[in-house]
Amino acid sequence: MKELSLHILDIAMNSVKAGASLVEIGLEEAGGTLTLTVADNGRGMEPEFLASVADPFTTTRTTRKVGMGIPLLKLAAEQAGGAFSIESAPGEGTALTASFQTGHLDNPPLGDMAATLVSLIQGSPGIDFTYTHTAGGGVSSLDTRELRAALDGVPLDTPDVLAWIQNSIEEEERGLSQ
Amino acid sequence: MKSIEELKKIREETLKNINLRKEDNEHAVRVVVGMATCGIAAGARPVLAACLEEVQKRNLPDVAVTQTGCIGVCRLEPIVEVFAPGEEKVTYVKMTPEKARRVIAEHVVNKQVVTEYTIGAAE
Ligand SMILES: Nc1ncnc2c1ncn2[C@@H]1O[C@H](COP(=O)(O)OP(=O)(O)O)[C@@H](O)[C@H]1O
Ligand SMILES: [Mg+2]
Repeated sequence: MKELSLHILDIAMNSVKAGASLVEIGLEEAGGTLTLTVADNGRGMEPEFLASVADPFTTTRTTRKVGMGIPLLKLAAEQAGGAFSIESAPGEGTALTASFQTGHLDNPPLGDMAATLVSLIQGSPGIDFTYTHTAGGGVSSLDTRELRAALDGVPLDTPDVLAWIQNSIEEEERGLSQ
Repeated sequence: MKSIEELKKIREETLKNINLRKEDNEHAVRVVVGMATCGIAAGARPVLAACLEEVQKRNLPDVAVTQTGCIGVCRLEPIVEVFAPGEEKVTYVKMTPEKARRVIAEHVVNKQVVTEYTIGAAE
């Protein structure tokens, strides 16, 4: 993946597939480290499964087909001098953390977070997503629960609403990098 | 977040021009974009955005753009499938935003399959 925002799109889709009703995405930049968190209230994973999910080739594999999404994020973090961890329990949801050294040569650019959020919301307008990106004292954020309340029955995947989300996030991300 | 007031205006406008919901419409054309890991890595996100933009720009209320997981052939991603009523499914491979716009214009609107982008032409 060329951008961290593409990993985020892929990882948040796991939460959607796991039946989550709320997916919380966080990005925190401080002291040369960018920390990504993705947390959901989906069905979670059994401990044995969880143990192999980030390293499908090094762990004794049973019958499941190998997924590449989580291993790719873990690899990206480690290649950028960061770390990866994942916690999950059946019925309790899943929370994953990946950190990156922003000054590292192999640190992927964040890329288009607005497009990632729009893709997620367009694909699953019934699910709630929150996004909080903090950097240098500023914050870029979105909470579909607030949008839903203001829209009062008009769906989140209405084209004009998606355009509003795209513009809103682009503007806030620009504000962060200044 | 940007001003919620703007959203309220969007709400009013949307309610004024409400269309028949696409999903309820038997004449709807479905444009399905593969958004699993290989699809995303190969560039499915901008392909999806181009499909959505083109459908909105052309004001096509009978076209639904949706996402799906793995379509199965990683090396041919990004993949877009078009389901039109009374037609066989058409699978487009190695898509780009430009190709997606052409598929919307020629296939979805004018009912002419863009043969050169189909899986049959790639194999
Ligand atoms: N947030 C999650 N909640 C529950 N199960 C998950 C979650 N994320 C991943 N999984 C499980 O781990 C598997 C591997 O995930 P991943 O590496 O992204 O590959 P893929 O999504 O292609 O299967 C998933 O198929 C799913 O069974
Ligand atoms: Mg996945």
